[in-house]
Amino acid sequence: MASKHLKSLVLYTGLIGGMLISMFPFYWLIVMSTRTTSDIYKFPPQLWFGGELWNNITRVLQQIDFWGAFLNTLFVSGVVTILVLFFDSLAGFAFAKFEFPGKKWLFVLLLATMMVPSQLSLVPSFVLMAAFGWVGSFKALIIPGMVNAFGIFWIRQYATESIPNDLLDAGRIDGCNFFRLYWNVALPILRPAFAFLGAFTFIGVWNDYLWPLIVLTDARKYTLQIALSQLNGLYNTDYAMVIAGTLLAVLPLIIMFLFISRQFISDIAAGAVKD
Amino acid sequence: MSPDSGPFHPDLDRQKSLWARIWEHRALYAAISPFYILFAVFGLFPIAFSLYLAFHKWDGIGVMTYNGLNNFKYMLTDAEFWQAVGNTFMIWIYSTIPMLFFALIIAFLLHAPFVKFRTLFRVGYFLPNVTSIVAVAIIFGALFANNYGFLNYLLQSIGLPVVEWLNAPWGIKVAISSMVVWRWTGYNAIIYLAGLQSIPQTLYEAAKIDGASAVQSFFRITIPMLRPVILFTVITSTIGGMQLFTEPQVLVGNDGGSGAAGMTIVLYLYRESFINNYFGYGAAVGWGMFLIIALFSIVNWKLVQGKSS
Repeated sequence: MASKHLKSLVLYTGLIGGMLISMFPFYWLIVMSTRTTSDIYKFPPQLWFGGELWNNITRVLQQIDFWGAFLNTLFVSGVVTILVLFFDSLAGFAFAKFEFPGKKWLFVLLLATMMVPSQLSLVPSFVLMAAFGWVGSFKALIIPGMVNAFGIFWIRQYATESIPNDLLDAGRIDGCNFFRLYWNVALPILRPAFAFLGAFTFIGVWNDYLWPLIVLTDARKYTLQIALSQLNGLYNTDYAMVIAGTLLAVLPLIIMFLFISRQFISDIAAGAVKD
Repeated sequence: MSPDSGPFHPDLDRQKSLWARIWEHRALYAAISPFYILFAVFGLFPIAFSLYLAFHKWDGIGVMTYNGLNNFKYMLTDAEFWQAVGNTFMIWIYSTIPMLFFALIIAFLLHAPFVKFRTLFRVGYFLPNVTSIVAVAIIFGALFANNYGFLNYLLQSIGLPVVEWLNAPWGIKVAISSMVVWRWTGYNAIIYLAGLQSIPQTLYEAAKIDGASAVQSFFRITIPMLRPVILFTVITSTIGGMQLFTEPQVLVGNDGGSGAAGMTIVLYLYRESFINNYFGYGAAVGWGMFLIIALFSIVNWKLVQGKSS
């Protein structure tokens, strides 16, 4: 009995200790957001919250177009997510439930494209965007990202298991073509898979940095990450404001994540352990 | 007429010519075509073009001039490039080893049968992963700051001398690595936990009946059964580690900080291409990086997989 108590003591000490370390940077971010810049530069540091949060946030909103950047990010992430869900599920469903000449090879090709590192084509992709006249436009962020191999692969795995063949046959007998089967039969069944792929895509686009940094040349088109890095680079003297801006930029995604976290984490785990 | 005969009428299919069958399935090709069209335009073409570019000299505006192997020759003797390669590897080692080690420990603790609040812990450990790297770099910049940083405060309060984290070459690497560790340990722990949960309990029971000790069943059952998952995490963290960019760029800037100690391969590629406008050389660096990642991934794969097979 005593050994079991000891075991659970060690266990919880480890788990809670690790969790505190994991949460500490968030705590520190909030503490610094509520302090003045001279407070932050003090040594030893101020460990508890101050009363400057509102002041700092006000200055962020004055220095950069935070809401503009926020809406830009929301727009780009939202549009990319909807397009990815549509195109990936259409293709994933076709690969999962239908036979057609060349299917195997096309699928192998699709998987092979996942191995190509995107940085390899960074320079030519930029040149291509310049040739299309898309530099400085959201098109450069949205169009190349609107369908991807990972999502098609993932939807295919899900659709193979979850959509009953009988249901598709019944649809065929009723005269449904492929798109009707997709819209009326597959879409409702794929909805749980959409939650994960949608959140995964949304978070990825929201946090993207390198590509937007290269193609977004106009400050009015900046996404949050670019605006944030500008704030960090340009306004170092008002450090409390930079930190408050960081808090503002981090918060929306964290709140969204907390709502979906349980399912999202299970899906990530399931995806990695499968195969 | 059923335009999309599914997998259930293969005999009907076989009698028709290939073109007739392709035409018959046109709706399916339409459904999968967006990916292939996009890949051709934004994936395949840029890759072919980057190979072409790597043999040319170009500043992005003027005329492109053929440069033969000069970009690659220059790369082989470019001390800055090799420093970036070395830095990337050091940061990869500094981050991957603690990250996977802590992840395994957390997974084992979470896997214990009597642990409560498992969901809460999983969410808490995963939260850093959702945070943008730009934000992480700004927060860690404050934690590692030389004069007022929380870390130096901790060191001083236990009687140790303060460290100039963001000036010392190793300090910059530790700061960058710790961001990676913080952001990805929870993610890997969740993956390991799922791996542990997928090991059938009957294996352990059988081993127990055969008189195996806990240590024996750990090394004979847990580790071998977990190998594919460990392989997955090693490969993903290798690829991720070789592509490190945002952490050093936000923390120490385009030049990699003091002594370029935080200059990684992708940061170098970015600076040469988009700050210095050496587009041809940037493309060559991209191919150099690709080769390094490919070789390194294969070596890692062999090492992890070959251990006891």
